[in-house]
Amino acid sequence: MNAGETRVVVAMSGGVDSSVAAALLAREGYDVVGMMMRLWSDEALGGAEHNRCCTPDQMRIARSVADKLGIPFYALDSKGVFRDIVVEYFIDQHRAGYTPNPCLECNRKIRFDWLLRQALALDADYLATGHYARVARRRQGGWLLKKGLDPGKDQSYVLSVMGQDQLKRTLFPVGDYPKSEVRRFARELGLDAANRKDSQDLCFLGNNDYREFLRAHAPDLMTPGPIVTSAGEVLGEHRGLSNYTIGQRKGLGISYSEPLYVLALNPIRNALVVGKRDELGRDRLVAERFNWVSGALPAGSFRAEVKIRYRAQPQKALVQPLEGSRVRVEFDAPQRDITPGQAAVVYQGEICLGGGVIAKFDDEQESLEPKDQAVQFIA
Amino acid sequence: MKAKREVYLDYSASTPVDPRVMDAMMPYFGEVYGNSTSSHHQGRRGESAVEEARERVARILNCQPAEVVFTSCGSESDNLAIRGAAWRARRQGKAARLITSPVEHSAVINTVRQLGELMDCETVAVPVDRQGRVKADRFAAACRGGAAIASIIYANNEVGSINDLALLAAIAREHEVLFHADAVQAGGQLTLDVEALGVDMLSLSAHKFYGPKGVGVLYLRDGIDLPSIMTGGGHEGGRRAGTHNTAFIVGLAKALELAYAEASERLARFRHLRVKLVDGLLSRVAGAELTGHPENRLPSHASFVLPGIDANALLMHLDMNGIAASSGSACKTGNPEPSDALLALGYAPDVAKCGLRLSVGSATTEAEIDYALDVLVAAVDKIRGLKREFAT
Repeated sequence: MNAGETRVVVAMSGGVDSSVAAALLAREGYDVVGMMMRLWSDEALGGAEHNRCCTPDQMRIARSVADKLGIPFYALDSKGVFRDIVVEYFIDQHRAGYTPNPCLECNRKIRFDWLLRQALALDADYLATGHYARVARRRQGGWLLKKGLDPGKDQSYVLSVMGQDQLKRTLFPVGDYPKSEVRRFARELGLDAANRKDSQDLCFLGNNDYREFLRAHAPDLMTPGPIVTSAGEVLGEHRGLSNYTIGQRKGLGISYSEPLYVLALNPIRNALVVGKRDELGRDRLVAERFNWVSGALPAGSFRAEVKIRYRAQPQKALVQPLEGSRVRVEFDAPQRDITPGQAAVVYQGEICLGGGVIAKFDDEQESLEPKDQAVQFIA
Repeated sequence: MKAKREVYLDYSASTPVDPRVMDAMMPYFGEVYGNSTSSHHQGRRGESAVEEARERVARILNCQPAEVVFTSCGSESDNLAIRGAAWRARRQGKAARLITSPVEHSAVINTVRQLGELMDCETVAVPVDRQGRVKADRFAAACRGGAAIASIIYANNEVGSINDLALLAAIAREHEVLFHADAVQAGGQLTLDVEALGVDMLSLSAHKFYGPKGVGVLYLRDGIDLPSIMTGGGHEGGRRAGTHNTAFIVGLAKALELAYAEASERLARFRHLRVKLVDGLLSRVAGAELTGHPENRLPSHASFVLPGIDANALLMHLDMNGIAASSGSACKTGNPEPSDALLALGYAPDVAKCGLRLSVGSATTEAEIDYALDVLVAAVDKIRGLKREFAT
């Protein structure tokens, strides 16, 4: 396809990565359109007047980058859809005793669905973002999601919700470059965003802690309840389950003969289950709502690497597809902080095969049909 | 790039400078550059250009040249009128009550609001009808209480409706209330005869009638002594300090003259194009509603609400197809708020987010209207389709 006749909508945030993504595409001669989603933030909560991803400052920067590149730029009102989908998901998941990662939900339902549709309706051929990941054509047809070239920056974890319909319409222009190179491009382009620090907080919290957010929006989650051992011994009272996460040791407010860690959140009994360090490690998990990037369910179990948090290292494991979009993962070695609500993302080398949401541990007691036949995915 | 054709349908926002206006301005950049207050030959030439422009403007306004004050823009003219009138009342030891309507331009609304906050002025907003026109009986009731000034828009920027200025000005006069008309949108299209209208003050801005941006006029009736809001030298009879922007003042006068000399032909064309646009849009876009008065409106101005169609998204689709339009609720930051004007007209908040303004002008053609209608119909279909997909 001739670049000049190929329209690409770039999701711009004012940050280095998406600015460089837009610049790279513009340099290639694509018909580039900048777009920024105006996301929801909790204006009622002090200090969080603007969503971190789209403050007036960010918008000004993105707009000036677009001007510099000579491309149109539009801001889209996405507040309602973001609140209804992502923020509700965040609250509901906490209510059910999970520790959710709303960024995946945003990618699944907002960025690569709602925004992608807006782009296609604007006669775009592709949606591009500043993620560090790569899309590759599979020899047998179809599309592969691969890690970004820079191993320190890879963001395929949060993109594991994508399927073939999304990948064939998606470009990740910075995924082929190391971050240092992207920063160099940014300086060459005179983008003053070049040295901004990446934030780890959720975009809609503003300057608030997520606990303050939940206290304001779901006060029921802050109901005190018992702290119990896995044997059922009551040790004290917790301040509401959402204040805790799996593996947490500090701030439990109980004294015991040895250090205690959070093992599980039980919303049905409103109980915080704690235990000793050796009780923490688990060697298996079940992931739900599992998305296979290829769109096809693998025929049997296979060896792979599985990442259980955005910042975790992939760990060797046996992966078994189950009925009903579920997947069982058996790690070679126990993992300390398997956290229901976070994503379990499956890799074979550079290739991201898919991911799902880690289920509650109770769900593991599933009778499994043995599926030993190893399946290899080759690009 | 996919979009090649460009169609400008936002003449109410601004107009291109007529080449004849540019020609008239050119000598005043490099040849005649003296400060109009200087006594030497360069200064005298500048002064005579400014004074000649003042006379030409006065002829169109049917007033004395000394009643014409040159300003830097329509907003400044509005500010001088309202702020000046409020200060004048205070100086006279009177309560500075301010009467306006809820559908004024922000230059008026925010000036009144600020005076209310900083000077503790009482402010009164007279209700408007569904077309956006000030209700005369309610206006009379407001004037009965006395006021430093009543400021009413001549033709509404968002919905195009024309107020009965002569009637409202007569009511104000009867109650000894100074009457200011914001005629920024009306300039070039409606009569500016201040005697016939009976107004005390009237604001204009050149860039709405094919003149340059950055120059305006305040007509100020003889005998009304307003404290200057821009203090400095004694320019403009002490009413507005600041070195004359000679070239732009000349441009304003030239543009105003051309607009009224060619009005009958120009306005008939505008009206014809606007009717074609309105008929086409209303017949082809289900649910669309014309806002403002169907006939008693600016010839160039068409405005609608398209319920369910977020103005931001629509303007983006139009722009991607080269069409320049605007909306009272669209916002560059993707944070559309219901248009205050449409709310005041009685539209529901979710409908007041869906305003669209299309305004025709000197270069508009029938083919452009046809193209714009095709693009609009397709864009509305796409946006409605997206909304259906996301109805949860």
